[in-house]
Parts: sequence; C-alpha cells; structure tokens
Amino acid sequence: MSSSPTLASRLKGRSELGVALLLGAAGALVIADAARIVTPYSQSDPVGPKTLPFIVGGLLLVCSVMLAVNVLRGGQGEAEGGEDVDLTHPADWKTILPLVGAFVANILLIDWAGWVISGTILFWGSVWALGGRRYIRDGLISVALSLLTFYGFYLGLGIALPAGLLEGIL
Amino acid sequence: MDVFSSLMDGFATALTPMNFLYAVIGVVLGTAVGVLPGLGPAMTVALLLPVTYALEPTSAFIMFAGIYYGGMYGGSTTSILLNTPGESSSVVTAIEGNKMAKAGRAAQALATAAIGSFVAGTIGTTLLAVCAPIVVDFAVSLGAPSYFAIMGSSRLRGFASLGLGLAIGLVGLDVVTGQARLTFGVPLLADGLDIVVVAVAIFAVGEALWVAAHLRRNPLQVIPVGRPWMGKQDWKRSWKPWLRGTAFGFPFGALPAGGAEIPTFLSYVTEKRLSKHPEEFGKGAIEGVAGPEAANNAAAAGTLTPMLALGLPTNATAAVMLAAFTQYGIQPGPQLFESEGPLVWALIASLFIGNLLLLIINLPLAPMWAKLLQIPRPYLYAGILFFATLGAYSVNLQAFDLVLLLALGALGFMMRRFGLPVLPLILGVILGPRLEKQLRQTLQLSAGDPAGLWSEPIAVTVYIIVALILLWPLLFKLIRRSRPAAAVRPAVAVQPAAADHTEQRQDSSAPGAHDTTDDGDAARRSTVPHDTVPRDTTQHEKEKP
Repeated sequence: MSSSPTLASRLKGRSELGVALLLGAAGALVIADAARIVTPYSQSDPVGPKTLPFIVGGLLLVCSVMLAVNVLRGGQGEAEGGEDVDLTHPADWKTILPLVGAFVANILLIDWAGWVISGTILFWGSVWALGGRRYIRDGLISVALSLLTFYGFYLGLGIALPAGLLEGIL
Repeated sequence: MDVFSSLMDGFATALTPMNFLYAVIGVVLGTAVGVLPGLGPAMTVALLLPVTYALEPTSAFIMFAGIYYGGMYGGSTTSILLNTPGESSSVVTAIEGNKMAKAGRAAQALATAAIGSFVAGTIGTTLLAVCAPIVVDFAVSLGAPSYFAIMGSSRLRGFASLGLGLAIGLVGLDVVTGQARLTFGVPLLADGLDIVVVAVAIFAVGEALWVAAHLRRNPLQVIPVGRPWMGKQDWKRSWKPWLRGTAFGFPFGALPAGGAEIPTFLSYVTEKRLSKHPEEFGKGAIEGVAGPEAANNAAAAGTLTPMLALGLPTNATAAVMLAAFTQYGIQPGPQLFESEGPLVWALIASLFIGNLLLLIINLPLAPMWAKLLQIPRPYLYAGILFFATLGAYSVNLQAFDLVLLLALGALGFMMRRFGLPVLPLILGVILGPRLEKQLRQTLQLSAGDPAGLWSEPIAVTVYIIVALILLWPLLFKLIRRSRPAAAVRPAVAVQPAAADHTEQRQDSSAPGAHDTTDDGDAARRSTVPHDTVPRDTTQHEKEKP
C-alpha cells in the first residue's frame, strides 16, 4: 500500500473494533476491581484472591490489542449462520427493539403483575415483534402458554411462580 | 469392577420404567429440537436445566443423553430436507443429502443417515464404554500436536471468549477469603452468576435475538418425504462408508480439541476418492451422506469421552451437560468414573438405549418431523424467549436474574455477530472457578507448601496437560508472528499453513472472502453454506440501497 488510507476509511466496516474495545474495557475493569482488594499476605493462601483476576484481566487486554490489530489488518469474525438466518440483509433493529421491549416489560411486571400477565405480554409482544399479525390467535396462545406454565410449574415441579395481581384467582 | 458388569448395572438402572420413559422423552424431544430450526441440543439442555432440578440426577442425565443423540439425528434431517445445515457438523451431510432429496431420493438419504447414525453410535458408545480410560490417555498424549495442526488458524477469538467466560466466573465472593470480586456492591451478585442463567442467556436468548435480527424473509422450501427406506444397492453402497465414517469420527471426537467438522469432512473426501461412482458426487451420492453422518455420530460418542473422564467438554452440548453435573454437586474430572460410577454407567447404557430408540422411532416418523419444519417462525422464536425467561426466573424467583439474562443474551448476540465461539466462554465460566478453588485449597491444606500440589498428582497433571493443550496454539502463533509474514494483503487474512482444511472446504463453495476465524468449533454454527459465497460485512454495506 503506497498511500496510507485515512483513519475514517480504515474504520469503515470495522465495527468489530467495538469488540476489541469491549474486551479492553472488561480487562481494565477486572484488573481495577482486583487492585482494590486488600488482603494480608497469608502463608496458607499464597495465591490469594487477586492472582486469577490479574491473569484474566491481562488475558482480556492482550486479546483486545491482538483483536484490534487483527481487525485493522483485515481480519474478520465470521457471523454465525443457521437455518433461519439470512445474512444477506443487515441486522433488523425494527425486530430487535420491540423484542427487547417485550423482554424488559416482563422484567418490570413479573413481580408486581405476576407471571401469567407478564408472560402473556412477553410472548404476545415477541410474536408481534417477529411479524405475527393474527392478534386474536396469538393472544389466545399467549394466555394459554402462560397459564399452562404457571400451573405446570406449580403442580409438576412445586415451583410457585408469582401470581401478582391475579392472587386469589389463580 | 470390570466394564461388562458395570455396564450391565447401568442397563439395569436405565431400564427401570421411569428412566426408560425419560430416555424416550429425551430422544423424541432431542429429535424435535434437532429438526426445528434455531434450536439445538445445547440450547435444549440449557433450557431444561431449571426443570430438571426436580429430577434425580440419573433420570436427568438419561434424558440428556437422549436429547444429545436425538439432536444429532434431527440435525441431519434438516440439512437433507432444507439444505441449510443448522450445525457446523452437518454441513457436509447437506452437500450430497440435499442433492439426493432434490433428485427424489430423500427417503434413501434419510434412511442411510439414520441407520448409519445407529451403526456409528453403537460402535462409538461401545468404544466409549470399553476403553474410555485408554482413549483418554491416548487423546491427551495426542492432543497438543494434533491440536495445533488442526486448529492452526486464529484461536484469537476463542481466547477472547475464554477470557470473558473467566471474568464472568470471577463474579461473587472469593471461595477462600470471602472477598467480593466484581460485585460492584450489588448484594445479589455476591453468590456469583448462576451457571443456568449464563447458559440459558448465551445459548437461548443470544441465539433467539440473533436469528430474529436476521430472520429469513422468504421461508425455505421443504422437500416432502415419505417413509425412509433403502434398496439393496443403497445398502451395498452404504455399509462401508458407515464403518469408515465411524473410524474417522470417534478418535476426533475424543480429542480434546476434536469436534465433528474435520472427521465429517475427511469422510466425505475419502468416500469421494474410494467410490465406484465418483461422477455422482455433487449430484447426490449416497456414500456422501452415509460416511459423514456416521462420522458425525461417532464423534458425538467420542466427545463424551473427555467430558466424562476429564471433565473437559469439547462441544457445546457436552459443556451444558457439564454445567448440569456441577448443578447436582457432582465433580466432573478424572475421578468421575470412580466417585459417580453408577451414574456414569447408567448414562452410557442410556446412550445405547437412546440410539436404538432413535432408529425405531425415527424411521417411521420422518414425514412427521418434516412437517415440524413448517412451524411459524414468530411462535418458534417467541417460544424460545418465553421458556428461556421462565427457566432463568424459576431458579431463584428473582427478576434480577432476568436483567442478567438480557445482558448476557446481548453478549451472546454480539459473539454470534462477530464470530466469537461460545464454547470457550462456557468452559471459562465452569472450569475457571473450579481450577482456582482446587489450586488454592490444595495449597491451604498443605499450609502453603507447593509440595501439597503433588500430593494429588493425577488431577494436577491432567489440568496442566489441559492448560498446555489450550495454550499451545497461542504460543505457536506468537512464534510465527515474530517472523512476520511479509506483504500480506489486508483483505486476505493471515492463514497459517495448517489451516488447509478450510481452504478445501471453501473450495467446494466458491473463492469467497477468506477469514481468520476458522476454528472448527462445534459450538459455533457454520456459516459456510456451500452454494453461496460467504459474505462479509463490507459486502453488506455495499448492498445496502
């Protein structure tokens, strides 16, 4: 390469550098956290609680640097395929965001509203996000699944999922 | 106790009505998830971990054994009927299998896959039972050189994944001193991250989100199939490939870094060379299905050898099974055969039973399995998220675990996007804390005298060997790096000479963009569909309107 490419063109399509950054941040975090630990030297525990974190942090930092170099030299991780995966189109955030939304709604609601309600929202919302548009049928399946798992876990496994708002009815 | 009587005891345990029922459930469930796109045996076992808390360990493992073999079988059905292999290990099966299906010979392709799997699974399981300790010694001694010969190409992403896993394993109170590590003052993190939550997040949530982001817009064509059967000619052409495939598959599976990709590929190449009908290859040669499918299943049996004998899983399903062992408080490792003998032998016996059940159940049911491929995708992936949430929540009944589930699911998504293999991460989470604890507690018992380490030499030797095997490719790479490969064009990745199996595999597709991450890792699903050029992101960007 005679002329060195500009930084911008080098960074284009190199979103994998974000992975290197994440590894670096994780490594720094692990090391910083371990450095904070104060333990007296113990004859019987010469390894101590700090050694492994330092090694792990170091490994992550080394990987971070090597990955960054690898990506800048044109290396690329191979995105994972699968039966239903079509890699010819970019990640579809219009599916992902509502999906994550349904997931978060479940987290917020599960303890208060109970599994039957939050689970219904989770399943119905996920089906909607993934393109299901037969609202009534999807809704019925969602309610049925939530009820079945609620009673299945209670009667079959002895695990009482939260009943929440429907306490006393279920 | 000698092998035979132990095994008979194992059969006695596995054939009690309840355990037999679990074996049937496992086989049916395993085949179903193997057939279903997007679900694999690793994810299924992960999703079932919370439910199996209520079961006896033996029953749970009998069910897992069924899922394990069933999943392998189901995967081949998908690749034959859909031409999109779900697992990297069935990539090769799809080459000839789908061509056969398109030529109207789907029934024969499925039959040779099923019977070949049975033959290979039975021989492989016998080898596992008879010579597990010997095979382990052999595999370990063979490990290092073969490992780097096979895995010569970049293990960098594997190490990154391992590092992340070890970091996750650090979270919580230190076992010896009780110091908090990486808890950030959050009391809920003091007990560490539950392995069930980690496994479900990485395998189920990450996968569901990843598929959702790239969901195929126009569904694939499923080739309709009747009941599988084979003619006399098919039998004649299949039996030798079955045996040769088994011979390739088992040793590779038993290698600490083996996996199923290489033996299936070797089997394919061998059958192509030995075949009396080489002209049929590429158009649907039955040998090209029989051999690789047998290799795949024999490797699956082989994989259990290091898992049971060393506590070292070499594919994702085995890793999750190892997580299940630790959940039950069972110590995997060199002493497993002694300390948990009855359980291990029941597991091995149930592998034989599961294998036979697969043949009996699946030959008549093949048309029904094919119908499963038509399930509406929104229900399928919403269902995965639903059951993942339910499973992770039911462990501790804490909404906080679901936050972790989502965060780690996002990590799993990222790893799939950028080709980081998931197996090393799970290994790091499971084995990291175990190694540290063992090392430090051994030292503690000997009052800090390093000589104490040698009082338990077997375990330590094994772990040192394992560490060497894992680290060897890195050292090798560093040595190579220090002698710079001059004038490497940036577009073409640095490919150490040993990576030639990739080159060949890609030859069968197209001269696509080469890639640094070719570790034949069973945990990762392959992205080398053989009639499309592997695409990279730069191409995506260009294609965007």
